[in-house]
Amino acid sequence: MGFYLAQLLTGLANASSLFLIACGLSIIFGVTRIVNFAHGSFYMLGAYLSYTLVTHLSALGALGFWGGVLVSALLVGVIGLLVEVLILRRIYRAPELFQLVATFGILLIIEDAALAIWGAQDLLGPRAPGLSKAVRILGEPIPQYDLALIVIGPVVLGLIWLIFHRTRWGVLVRAATQDREMVGALGVNQALLFSSAFFLGSVMAGLGGALQIPREAVNLNMDLSVIGDAFVVVVIGGMGSVTGAFIAAVLISVLNAFAVLVFPQISLVLPFIVMALVLVVRPYGLLGKPGSEKGAPADPEAPLRPLNPAGRLAMGAVVVILALVPLVSADFTMILLVDVLIAVLFAASLHFIMGTGGMISFGHAAYFGVGAYAAALVVKWLGLSMVPAMIVAPVASGLAALVFGWFCVRLSGVYLGMLTLAAAQIVWGVTFQWQDVTGGDDGIIGVWPAKWASSETAYFYLALVLCAGGVWLLRRAAHAPFGYMLRGIRDSEIRAEAIGVDTRFHQWMAFTFAGTLAGLAGVVSAFAKGSVFPDVLNISSSIDALIMVLLGGIHTLLGPLLGASVFVLIESWVTRLEYWRFIFGLIILGVVLIAPDGLAGALSRLLAFLKARIRPGTDTKKEALHGQRS
Amino acid sequence: MMKRRTLLTSMAALGAVGALPARLLAQGATIKIGDINSYTALPAFTEPYKKGWTLAMEDINAKGGVLGKQLEVISRDDTGDPSTAIRIAEELVSKDGVAMLFGTYLSNIGLAVSDFAKQKEVFFLASEPLTDAIIWSSGNKYTYRLRPATYTQSSMLAEQAAKLDVTKWATVAPNYAYGKDAVAAFKTALKKLKPEVEFVEEQWPPVFKIDAGATVRALEAAKPEAIYNVTFGADLAKFVREGSLRGLFDDRSVVSLLTGEPEYLDPLGDECPDGWIVTGYPGTDIKTPEHEAFAKAYIDRWGEDPKTGSVVGYNSLLAAATAMEKAGSTDTDAMLAAMDELHVKAPTGEFYFRAADHQSTMGAWVGKTALVDGKPKMIDWSYEDGADFLPSEEEAAKLRPAS
Repeated sequence: MGFYLAQLLTGLANASSLFLIACGLSIIFGVTRIVNFAHGSFYMLGAYLSYTLVTHLSALGALGFWGGVLVSALLVGVIGLLVEVLILRRIYRAPELFQLVATFGILLIIEDAALAIWGAQDLLGPRAPGLSKAVRILGEPIPQYDLALIVIGPVVLGLIWLIFHRTRWGVLVRAATQDREMVGALGVNQALLFSSAFFLGSVMAGLGGALQIPREAVNLNMDLSVIGDAFVVVVIGGMGSVTGAFIAAVLISVLNAFAVLVFPQISLVLPFIVMALVLVVRPYGLLGKPGSEKGAPADPEAPLRPLNPAGRLAMGAVVVILALVPLVSADFTMILLVDVLIAVLFAASLHFIMGTGGMISFGHAAYFGVGAYAAALVVKWLGLSMVPAMIVAPVASGLAALVFGWFCVRLSGVYLGMLTLAAAQIVWGVTFQWQDVTGGDDGIIGVWPAKWASSETAYFYLALVLCAGGVWLLRRAAHAPFGYMLRGIRDSEIRAEAIGVDTRFHQWMAFTFAGTLAGLAGVVSAFAKGSVFPDVLNISSSIDALIMVLLGGIHTLLGPLLGASVFVLIESWVTRLEYWRFIFGLIILGVVLIAPDGLAGALSRLLAFLKARIRPGTDTKKEALHGQRS
Repeated sequence: MMKRRTLLTSMAALGAVGALPARLLAQGATIKIGDINSYTALPAFTEPYKKGWTLAMEDINAKGGVLGKQLEVISRDDTGDPSTAIRIAEELVSKDGVAMLFGTYLSNIGLAVSDFAKQKEVFFLASEPLTDAIIWSSGNKYTYRLRPATYTQSSMLAEQAAKLDVTKWATVAPNYAYGKDAVAAFKTALKKLKPEVEFVEEQWPPVFKIDAGATVRALEAAKPEAIYNVTFGADLAKFVREGSLRGLFDDRSVVSLLTGEPEYLDPLGDECPDGWIVTGYPGTDIKTPEHEAFAKAYIDRWGEDPKTGSVVGYNSLLAAATAMEKAGSTDTDAMLAAMDELHVKAPTGEFYFRAADHQSTMGAWVGKTALVDGKPKMIDWSYEDGADFLPSEEEAAKLRPAS
């Protein structure tokens, strides 16, 4: 009995930590609709700041500790406020999810800043004065600090509830979470509301980090190790629901505390399995409301149009120039270009889901990875050669997308995105764990191209044909009746249903089609690299694709092509430098601020501007809208 | 007409030149060596490593370099991603024209680069990856490994563990290949030495995401007499803190892999557990003349004590330079031939590369953890030679793929 109570208390203490970070994320999303990747970085900053403050104030005892924790939480809040005022505020009108690109840039900057300020070594902070020991409850030792955390979590929840229900500001926040447009229409100062919500959310992240000091060594992995779980908690609870986040945090932490007794390996994917189950049963999370999944309202996008002759000529010219590259350049240029081509096809396939299909995906790497693994597995276990493997792989990833897609298209908005992420994480977990077949994290090596394709030039042409072909197929589909139907569903699901379109079926097929082509990109990548590791399936691989699509501009078919090329080329160059993450982050922020409509949008504005200069009298505005949106 | 033909010929010639392996052309006044490591993903381990090989490079170049040429290391960050590592390896080989590659910390990146080396026929000295697949099940002609194998270090600990008067063991290891290899090797070695031992509990927390409280409780519930720990880094700090708070380590022996390495031991500060049997590196406490000279040079150059990574970095470049001297050239086949039975006189003692499985016999230090003057240290340590703990060369050769 005592044993199980102790296990429960351990789970509850973890739940409090998890809740603190998740509730800030939930508040920020609820009000501003920003998917804040930098939230984990704020958490890490809170931990580092409080490490510094608490060690310096250790002479003051308990006052020094709790004072240090609170001050560092407030400092993180101020940093969050600066981020909101200086960067995010400028891009609220950008397309849905675009703000997450900016928060990704901030994440990179904070990572390197923390490394520069606090150094690489893990820092073990002091324990909380007066709470540094364990007490016996029913004979079992329980750390006093765990008990303190168990109290702090609900107290914070209570305070937030009071603020939300007993202050005018809180009422406005809740109103904005439900209907932002309406709050604006009633004359509420939205800028102030957003800034204060972002401040509060950041304070909570900082507090969560600061309170971890007595439990773990502060380290540079804290940001990424917490952000996934925090999102999961927010989604299980229902986006924007603080109480829901608390219930979800308790659910996951307590489940994990007992699961490790029976099946220790499950910790790897437990939160994602729980999330998948909850979302299948409750599409808006435990306490979320319909509508809570939607991103910020954005300007409707201009309809796609087939390329005009000049555009076609330009695309053709790009392909011809690429095909001529091997004649003039060294081996390495081709190797880099193969990476660019792979990224282009991968991003274009994601764009088909997100841009044309209007469905968010945070887990597109699953299909890229299934393609890569399918090829590697048939090479390794069946001894097939490259060409059959290249046929098997997209089929396998298509099948995976068919299965997962069936569940995913039943949801919408961010919930859909998170279910795709759960699917990707479960595939990753299985691949990681199933060492006998997949090699676990030692991966599968020796997946090299057939002899005729093994030279850099030959493989480059092969990759060019496959990737350019894949991109062409995606464009073709976007302009086919199928694509029109998809765009219709995206723009107005109700009207599409009213005219008799089977919306779910179309979305399901779009998901499968995009998954198939992501698998094609995966197999091209597997043979280019000669090996496959679970890394191809993990979150950061999905996020990279997401950043490419958003950075390029989600409203045009050209966007992902531009975004992927620029992303890979910049990354290949910038990683040569010291503190390259800082520089890369700055570049991303720069692009975000200059081109809130993405690179493709900026390009079309530039072209329209030049056209107007050359041929005065053309309507620049109209050109800007219709110029390159094809 | 003539003009066009000239153009075509010169283009063809250009193509032919481009097709020549760049590393044959690019060797001028310096010998270029490519280094790949996870400098941003794992700075705590790779920074000392970089300082180590930088010191070795400066030492070697000050003494006149190798084969009369200066060494030049082109160092790149693999960002922690195997496919990026491959792209960088391609660039180092085909564009920068490096004579060989060395480095890598993460096992998967080590394996990826090792397979790349096999495909492109480049010499690769894997400095740090701990996976034993790199020398055995996925070993190849072009890859050699410096750091003592997981198998070696686990066997060293098993030898100590067998001396303890306990039979009921529990294990805790991060849930990935390194953790699994370490537990499997320890179990096998300990059972061989002491058949009556039983393993009553296994915990597999995700790497760098340990739920320390729950893990400690689960171990406690099994009531083992001793614990074998493989967690490291931030997981280790959490595990130690929760474990000591909850009395997990009271009256229990703990045997712990790598915990004596300064990278992992130093951050524990005054919470360093007492009397754990560990493998590691006692740093400046090693009083051999070679090591004292190395430690002094390192401290003079960087203003901090050497860590395990420093030794690995230093020894890597030293081994590469020694191989080139022995080979008399930077030709890949000559260097590979030189690597077999290559003896390296390192600051940490002499070791050699075994011809059968391309593993170095560099050893590790086995001792106990303790707080000395408020600082975590290894005490009662001794240097164990890797050669004594590896499987025999005949057995090892059988573990490698046929080709």
